[in-house]
Amino acid sequence: MSTLAPPRPEAAQPDKSPPAEVKRWVPSSRWAWALGVVVLWIGIWALTKGNDTLALAGRERTGVQDALAEFRDKVIASRGDNPLIQLTYEIGSGFTSLVDWLQRMVSVENFPRPVPEIGWLGVTAVAVWIGLAVAGWRIALLIAASFVSFGVFGYWSDAVDLLIVTFVAVAVSVLVGMPLAVLMGTGNRAVNAVMTTFLDVFQTIPTFVFLAPIALFFGIGASGAVVATLLYALPPIIRVAGHGIRTVSATTIEATDSAGQTRWQRLAKVQLPMARRTIVVGLNQTTLAALSMATIAAFVDGPGLGQPVLDYLKTVNVGGAFVPGVLIVVIAVMLDRTTTAASEYGERAARGGVDLKRRRIVLAAAAVPVLVCLYMSRTYPWAAEFGDSTWGPRLADAVNDFFGWFTDNFRDLTQGFKDLTSAVLLNPLESLLAESPWWLAAGALLLLAFVLGGLRALVPTLLCVAGLLYFGLWHDAMITLNMTLVGTVLVMVLALVFGVWMARSPKLDLVMRPLLDAGQTIPPFVYLIPVLALFGITRFTAIVAGVVYAAPVAIKLVADGVKAVSPTTLEATRSTGSTTWQEIIKVQLPMARASLVLAANQGLLYVLAMAVIGGLVGAGGLGYDVVLGFARSEEWGFGAAAGISIVLLGIMVDRIARAAAQKTSR
Amino acid sequence: MTIMSERQEESTADSAEYALSVRNLWKIFGPRADKIIGTPEADLPRAELKRQTGCVAGVKDVSFDVAPGEVFVVMGLSGSGKSTLVRCLTRLIEPTAGTVQMDGVDVTNASDAELRDLRRKRVSMVFQHFGLLPHRQVIDNVAYGLEIRGIGKKERRAKAAEIVSLVGLDGFEHSYPDQLSGGMQQRVGLARALAGDPDILLFDEPFSALDPLIRRDMQNEVIRLHRELGKTMVFITHDLQEALKLGDRILIMRDGEIVQIGAPDEVVGAPADDYVRDFVSEVPRSHVLTLKWVMRDPRPDDSMDGPVMSCDTIVRQAAKAVLASEHPVRVVDRDERVIGIVDDDAILRVVVAEEDHA
Repeated sequence: MSTLAPPRPEAAQPDKSPPAEVKRWVPSSRWAWALGVVVLWIGIWALTKGNDTLALAGRERTGVQDALAEFRDKVIASRGDNPLIQLTYEIGSGFTSLVDWLQRMVSVENFPRPVPEIGWLGVTAVAVWIGLAVAGWRIALLIAASFVSFGVFGYWSDAVDLLIVTFVAVAVSVLVGMPLAVLMGTGNRAVNAVMTTFLDVFQTIPTFVFLAPIALFFGIGASGAVVATLLYALPPIIRVAGHGIRTVSATTIEATDSAGQTRWQRLAKVQLPMARRTIVVGLNQTTLAALSMATIAAFVDGPGLGQPVLDYLKTVNVGGAFVPGVLIVVIAVMLDRTTTAASEYGERAARGGVDLKRRRIVLAAAAVPVLVCLYMSRTYPWAAEFGDSTWGPRLADAVNDFFGWFTDNFRDLTQGFKDLTSAVLLNPLESLLAESPWWLAAGALLLLAFVLGGLRALVPTLLCVAGLLYFGLWHDAMITLNMTLVGTVLVMVLALVFGVWMARSPKLDLVMRPLLDAGQTIPPFVYLIPVLALFGITRFTAIVAGVVYAAPVAIKLVADGVKAVSPTTLEATRSTGSTTWQEIIKVQLPMARASLVLAANQGLLYVLAMAVIGGLVGAGGLGYDVVLGFARSEEWGFGAAAGISIVLLGIMVDRIARAAAQKTSR
Repeated sequence: MTIMSERQEESTADSAEYALSVRNLWKIFGPRADKIIGTPEADLPRAELKRQTGCVAGVKDVSFDVAPGEVFVVMGLSGSGKSTLVRCLTRLIEPTAGTVQMDGVDVTNASDAELRDLRRKRVSMVFQHFGLLPHRQVIDNVAYGLEIRGIGKKERRAKAAEIVSLVGLDGFEHSYPDQLSGGMQQRVGLARALAGDPDILLFDEPFSALDPLIRRDMQNEVIRLHRELGKTMVFITHDLQEALKLGDRILIMRDGEIVQIGAPDEVVGAPADDYVRDFVSEVPRSHVLTLKWVMRDPRPDDSMDGPVMSCDTIVRQAAKAVLASEHPVRVVDRDERVIGIVDDDAILRVVVAEEDHA
């Protein structure tokens, strides 16, 4: 969920919509109908509340959930004879031995050596040299600082393991994803439509849900972690690179075609080079997606920094989780800056802005100390293994002290916010969603889907509602839906306030945008840590973390949408004597409504992803069920059903929001 | 303008061997487009066809020939099908029916490999929006056609450098396209088209995106290159002035159909219908019409002492001499036979009519 597709076409051309006066009525009547449905719902709910809620008592399980568990047992039992399962295990063990080999090279002791083949000094030196070669000396410095910080805070092996899993997964993603991107970029419209739909659905699946089925087929540990990570990292590169290849100037293609090139020449000499920038953006997004998944893969015993974060979160040691959490952020920033800078640097080099001869000399000269470092890291213990340092525990203590002080002094504030939101939003809505009889809630959802998105929303909603009922976790699904909706409301409040503000004030935009960009690179897992400190183990932590996680992307979408409103229209409005408020309410927001709906859509999916991870820190509903499925083998079927329900929920909200967006922008 | 009349001579003298020959070319966009040709539906007007079948006729039954070395201009307003037509010539758009022959090679039935070979060696095209490769320097853009033919780097760069200098881009070999102005970018496009030494050059509104002064420069550049290299050219434009200035012959298109084909003076002097008449009404006629169009038959009482002029002389060029002469000018054809008389009245009728217009 941490990645963003290129702006969807429907939002890309907000100014293409026909004159406003014709359709001003359409959305408002649509929303009026929606309001009517909600009022009706509340009316019936008041009479039937608490009946047929399908809540499961205690450890109760439905037949479907037991069947899922049986399926799991069958898969495990057939490891010996089912060729498909054998193949997946074969692939999994291939990844395990690759990761294992890399680990012995750079992060853990390579028996009988008490240390890895290459110690920290050598690894850091090589990484710095690569940074220097692809992105220049500034990035090299950033890499040096990052790697040293891993060791200084006592997480050298975990950090490097996380990098290993990420890189293996990214490498495979690119190998598999680029041909698919080319197919998507050059294929006909049908191929493109099929792949886009597939990717859309794929990207609505929260990270967390990937893990259980993948661990089943590929095993836990490095193998499951790599496979889950690479699958999760695959869509961005396919989508973004495919988009880049598809949008290469048609005139240029035509002009070069008319020179008599073959298809292969067209691809290699025109399409790929011209899409280079976009492809690198795709690589960047793929890398960050991989990082966020590799972190969460700690749930299936994936190696890396996710493990200490998870361990400390389980014991609610915020300070302890904070240190590896910060290192994850360090890695995210490092990877993001490096890929971005590498693309800019490459661009400059291709345009003759870099003195190639000098660069070669610099790199050759820099290779000498790198070799020395490599040698030292194999010879001297201090260069092979980071000495114990107290920085990590000290920082953890300091953070714990700070949050202790903070909660002592501001408890009223955080508690007040929590209570207010619970009383005004969370509780009433949860009561409505989860305490309605299932037929009422389902009927209301279907009606709303139809009113807001028409048939295009109704059909998927019908399928998803049926699926939710089938898998027997309706009540929990409604609880999760409630958290998601409340979170999205809060996200939209933030997005509207800051988005409009940013669009109207270039200064604020200048300050906020880098922060938001940075916010988007941080894996969702990490957001839980500080929020947990503020709100403790409650569903509220998951919601707030979800809001924090979803806010950057939503704010950016709203800001860009409002900014795209034609300046001429604004000028004309101003010339009629509108107040600022009127300008925002009557011109900017209505004209940017497609972006608003898109922001809400993204907000929903991000908050849902977090509401699920939040199962770990006290959010109930489906997230808790998934965590339970991980924790207890006998609850596997229960967790799997919850996972599938989450996917259905995600597809449902995504399809409704998307159909509504399409209707709105038309 | 004398060049133009020379060229015209060529084109009329050698009509047996055509550089380009187009017969009954159709392009209909839409489902089952090939089923429409030959049915009464094919004769429907565009809007009606669209309503009945959902298809759009881009090019309707177009036939013409272009002689070697001729500059053949296709003119029409936007949507007239002229860009579709030129793309059908090399099958950048696949024609629905009809044949295209280049130097006797049947383009429409060529295999992929033959078509590629044709595009590499025989014909190249210049585009309205240039279509340059932004990631390559000027020299490598120009050399692109040679590169994909498999010519070595040294050789193709040497050839490209020659062409770059021919189009007046000396010193910009190592610039990138986005560092150049629009006019210069189109020079690169021109150079790229010339680099493969094709027999035929196709121009798709190459100067429409340029501002007027640059456009004039580029038109003169094309005239100069034509004079130096003598390539056959098919030139698409929506600008009548440009068509009259460059074309040996002009094909006027409307809604995918040919309205008229003729030399500039024919189009202005004898418009085929009201559409063309309306089109050419603003043209300064004295700049286009030749004496052939304003002369009258000699009468017995005419003085035969006036100067002699060719019937292909443009009115404007003849005006001064005619008005200065005591006697009316005798107009002769190519065989030096007197075929008519031009007096002051005839000249003034053309020139004054223009003044009235203005």
